[in-house]
Amino acid sequence: MTTVERPPATAADEFVLGGETFRSRLILGTGGVSSPYLLEQAIRASGTELVTVALRRVDSTATMGGGLLDVLTRCGVRLLPNTAGCRTAAEAVTTARLAREAFGTSWVKLEVIGDDRTLLPDAVELVAAAERLVADGFTVLPYTTVDPVLARRLADLGCAAVMPAGAPIGSGLGITDPHQLRLLRQSVDVPVILDAGIGTASDATLAMELGCDAVLLASAVTRAADPVRMATAMRHAVEAGRLAAGAGRIPRRFHALASTPDEGRPEL
Amino acid sequence: MLSRRRPDVTVVGAGPIGLAVAWRCAIRGMQVTLYDPAPGSGAAYVAAGMLAPVTEAHFGERTLTALLVAAAARWPDFAAELADQTGRELGYRTEGTLFVALTSDDLAEAERLWTYQRDLGLPVTPLRPAELRAREPLLAPRLRGGALAPDDHQVDPRRLVAALRAAVEAAGVRMVTQPVAALAELPATGRVVVAAGCGTAALTGVPVRPVKGQILRLRAPGGAAPGFRHVIRGYADGRSVYLVPRTDGEVVVGATVEERGDLDVTAGAVLELLRAASDVLPELDEYALVEARAGLRPGTPDNAPLVGPLPGRPDVLVATGHYRNGIVLTPLTADLVADLLATGVADPLLAPLAPDRFDMTGSTCDPVGAGGGAEPESSRAGRKPWS
Repeated sequence: MTTVERPPATAADEFVLGGETFRSRLILGTGGVSSPYLLEQAIRASGTELVTVALRRVDSTATMGGGLLDVLTRCGVRLLPNTAGCRTAAEAVTTARLAREAFGTSWVKLEVIGDDRTLLPDAVELVAAAERLVADGFTVLPYTTVDPVLARRLADLGCAAVMPAGAPIGSGLGITDPHQLRLLRQSVDVPVILDAGIGTASDATLAMELGCDAVLLASAVTRAADPVRMATAMRHAVEAGRLAAGAGRIPRRFHALASTPDEGRPEL
Repeated sequence: MLSRRRPDVTVVGAGPIGLAVAWRCAIRGMQVTLYDPAPGSGAAYVAAGMLAPVTEAHFGERTLTALLVAAAARWPDFAAELADQTGRELGYRTEGTLFVALTSDDLAEAERLWTYQRDLGLPVTPLRPAELRAREPLLAPRLRGGALAPDDHQVDPRRLVAALRAAVEAAGVRMVTQPVAALAELPATGRVVVAAGCGTAALTGVPVRPVKGQILRLRAPGGAAPGFRHVIRGYADGRSVYLVPRTDGEVVVGATVEERGDLDVTAGAVLELLRAASDVLPELDEYALVEARAGLRPGTPDNAPLVGPLPGRPDVLVATGHYRNGIVLTPLTADLVADLLATGVADPLLAPLAPDRFDMTGSTCDPVGAGGGAEPESSRAGRKPWS
């Protein structure tokens, strides 16, 4: 029988990532959002404290409080630059260094895409890039496949977390291989952040129930018909999954087991 | 004697909005001066000119959609009047727009949007692939489906600007081709309308940001008209694209939407736009690629324009932030501003467009509240609920 390490059930259940402490275990991406106003509302509704932004999609042009970076500043969330769009280790390393200059943070969500149709990561380039960025002092959060062996290699070379895809980016398919995700969870000691594939709230809950430390999602909120409502749902979903994971669920049974036993019933 | 009592209006910015404001003010009898170092050289120079209240209707933007519908309704008269007064052709076309989906994933996304649009009562008619190709035989046979939005029309923004320039000249507007670096440089008399697109932010402090768009222009071979009549837009393997045919042979292919303020044309953007265009209408491969440009849309936090008095400066109006919808909104914004200047009475349509509707000051800038409903805009204070 496998033992499940129960997360603490207290209110002070904090999420430690890269030496920083977060109360929220939900990380939001900004891609696909239709307006800065909706993004701001969604961020606030989600309760997130960490938001990822593609360096290639923004610049720091003065915008009088109207731009994406202004929104993040006003919401008081930490910025997590990502290397979305990079296809080689060399590109990703350069992009991460530019992000460090532009945003003044050495954190990077490392994405090295290996295939245009599935947007799955290129494992070889990913490891190469992670190695160089860790050596360069970055806090590296790599987007990876649900491969326990690759996850261990990434953790071993100094990544601050691993971020397996539940399903292809933007697909909304949820977690297509829950068992593999559990294997991955047990193979590393660093935080596991489910990244990509989330379509709706139950997907995020499942990720947390399977033992993930946090969930990163973008499209599920930004492309929802009502992003603010979905952001609220995701906040509750992640909290629910975290609580359930620590609450010690009952075993699955083949047959029923009455919750109220027959013995001792008064005969009427 | 009469002219002394006329308001003296200074308009900053001679894009379509500034030009149309100047024209509408002038024909209401006002003395108008218009400043722009390079009239018509901004976003309008690259814009495709889609008049698209229906296919631009997106989730969570009911207020804006209602405004676009009201604006589009003014186009037939506006176009007729402008063409009549100037004798110029605007490239105004009313064949309608076909929205197409290349793959089954694209179709699922598109159907979700059409359902929303039809629920709003907007005219969108889904069409099978055969029905699409009966209307436009050059569409790719592998398209999975589409829809007709008959009320989404088009105009050529470059012709529009040329006609508006002729109209303001004929109406006696004084044109000053000098830049305005600060409002203090302007004459101290009369009222000021700032319609300077992205430049309005630096002049007034309103929250307008550049949203870069890269856009291509193709030309049909042999000087012929393009082989299709409708505006065609849609999704091609997850890429958004539109194709706007002009009678003179031009086809506009657009456009990227980037949170950037530079004007570089990138290889990747050209590649993606052409790939999507060619996937939807394969014949375009044979067209000449004659222009690749970038422009900066004036974006606002909620994608709706900023039209109305500048906070603390009742003598200054702003008319900017028209984002993706500047051409369709031109007649409406111009009339709303000109009427306000002429009568001092604000049309109810202006209520949701107030330039000070955003609180940009600090951590409590959520006017609706976390977890707000499906239509946050309509419940905001000062906004008119739309049906």
